[in-house]
Amino acid sequence: MKKRIYSVLVENRSGVLCKVAGLFSRRCFNIDSLAVGETDDSAVSCMTIVSSGDERTIEQIEKQLNKKLDVIKVKTYEEQQCITRELMLIKIKYNKSNRREIMELCEIMKADIVDMSKHFMMIQICDTPERIRLMINQLQTISIVEVARTGALALAKCMENDQA
Amino acid sequence: MIGADAVIKCLEAEGVTTVFGYPGVAICPFYNSILESDIRTILIRTEQNAAHAASGMARLTGRPGVCAVTSGPGATNVITGIATAFADSIPLICITGQVSSELIGSDVFQEADITGAVESFVKYSYLVKNVNDIPRVFKEAFHIANTGRKGPVLIDLPIDIQNAVISKFKYPEEVSLRTYKPTVKGNAVQIHKVIKELEKAKRPLICVGGGVLLSDAQGELRAFAEKHQIPVVSTMMGIGALPTDHPLYFRMVGNNGKAYANRAMSECDLLIMVGARVADRAVNQPDLITKNKVLVHIDVDPAEIGKNAGPTIPLVGDAKHIFEDFAKEEFEGNYKEWLDRLREYRKTMAKKRNPNPAYVDPAEFIMRLSSKMQEDGVYVADVGQNQIWSCGYVKVRKGKFLTSGGMGTMGYSIPAAMGAKVADPKRQVVAVCGDGSFQMSMMELATICQHDIPVKIIVFKNNYLGMVREYQHFTYKETYSVVDLSGSPDLEQLSAAYGIPFLRLENMEKCDEAIDAFLKDDTSMLMECMIDPMDIVR
Repeated sequence: MKKRIYSVLVENRSGVLCKVAGLFSRRCFNIDSLAVGETDDSAVSCMTIVSSGDERTIEQIEKQLNKKLDVIKVKTYEEQQCITRELMLIKIKYNKSNRREIMELCEIMKADIVDMSKHFMMIQICDTPERIRLMINQLQTISIVEVARTGALALAKCMENDQA
Repeated sequence: MIGADAVIKCLEAEGVTTVFGYPGVAICPFYNSILESDIRTILIRTEQNAAHAASGMARLTGRPGVCAVTSGPGATNVITGIATAFADSIPLICITGQVSSELIGSDVFQEADITGAVESFVKYSYLVKNVNDIPRVFKEAFHIANTGRKGPVLIDLPIDIQNAVISKFKYPEEVSLRTYKPTVKGNAVQIHKVIKELEKAKRPLICVGGGVLLSDAQGELRAFAEKHQIPVVSTMMGIGALPTDHPLYFRMVGNNGKAYANRAMSECDLLIMVGARVADRAVNQPDLITKNKVLVHIDVDPAEIGKNAGPTIPLVGDAKHIFEDFAKEEFEGNYKEWLDRLREYRKTMAKKRNPNPAYVDPAEFIMRLSSKMQEDGVYVADVGQNQIWSCGYVKVRKGKFLTSGGMGTMGYSIPAAMGAKVADPKRQVVAVCGDGSFQMSMMELATICQHDIPVKIIVFKNNYLGMVREYQHFTYKETYSVVDLSGSPDLEQLSAAYGIPFLRLENMEKCDEAIDAFLKDDTSMLMECMIDPMDIVR
């Protein structure tokens, strides 16, 4: 199983997300994560899809995506070819005894405490998927109430002859 | 001018002559506007067959066939027809009525999310939300359906859009789709590589699929194969790409194909697949066709290449263009020994049937029927044993062989034959079905009568779902489950009820006379052939 990041530019129309997601389920391709948002052109959305499979599947994903008429461009990357970021909001339950420990963890992980009440706090972290996972592991020993993640966003690393 | 009028104008601009369909309230503005046009309307008896008939028409004309049905059940009924066309890459425009725009999503009467439901069976679909989009949508739809890898396009038209006043109608001359530019011209480097392999090869073989017929490349294929004396086999959809009695043609491959064709596939050292998907029925073990041989895979759809078998040389492009480019290359190849070997196989490996004289032998019957048909006749096979016998024994010269290959949709033959006959009334069109598949479309006898579409129908009657019975015979050791067709109507009485002339053939004794009588006039006729219920294809 190999991991690939597909950066898919699509027409920003209703139903396109459904078509792309439907393609993955129809052909039994995996979706590890999916993030969608508008680009600088409001008529174009960018879908960042992280998927995995054998060599043939990886090739088919790109080819089948290209067949969809609402897909403008598909770029396929290996993980090390791009900068990948994911945003997570995580709500935890804290008490006096572990408050200090959590704050230290946030400092180490470059995370922010963005909301707080007497017993709960919300932490925001924007980092690579690996470090997001690390953060979750660390907080698991405390008490996680809720987690929301965006899924990975990715852009190819900057090259001197960058066209895109 | 309202939206519905605009739709008719679009169809006229595309040269559409016939619309197959079934009205309902949601498509009534369309069917009202079409009265002002010369476009012929044919009332089919169930919506699935509207798509099949449009498919039959498309396969004769090379242009998209058009069907128009209503919302809800009308639209969902047509899905099997659309999926059938999609599997065989047949260009269709399927227009569905839809409930009024503001009601979409509220589950009102006869509302169905048809664009959502057909997503995996269409090349593209539209839900028209603004009446002024109609000209652009139709221009794009016809372009998408009939270019690249062809296929069905669905246009969902809410009733309020059909009734809305269109401010200005202008049919676009060009389409601009930034996301859709199919590659039709083959890459010169890849083409050259193929020629190099042909120079090296001792045992080359061309395997043609439906793509060759869809790109109308029969002439180019024939010229290339003849010039270099390269043997040709075909998939089911490729039957008719070369005349079946052409000395270089070694018939159909696959688990229902000829043993000598499969032998050719396994012994060749260079296999050129053209417009074929390398799907399970044609190539049982795709891994094996890359073993001990060079595989060249030519297809207009890049996603087909490498999907089932990884080729040595992938070549994306339209078959006609590629054969034209091949023809420009000069090379010397001597494949005589290989051809002799294949001809020997054809002689020695042809299956000897042992027919029961009490019944009609379908294999012999099909040979005689197709030999007696007009040279450019259209033979439409249904699905089941009749299809496999047809593939094995049909004689195609300048005519066409139509069948539902990818989807294997029973009931395809009669509506598709109607579509073919409507497309080209001068041609003789014969639908060949079994008593199972016949009963899936027998309601269309009324359409044949009402619209005077003189197609001829052969029904092989064995009182069984023969293909499934045969499967159960081998797989479950003759334990038959739900394959007995008792209760079927008396076809003579049924034909009489529709006023369609009827013939019955009990055995081979009067076979030739019966076929002559069956084919004599350009009228519809139904002929029942009694075949041995226990006969097997394999």
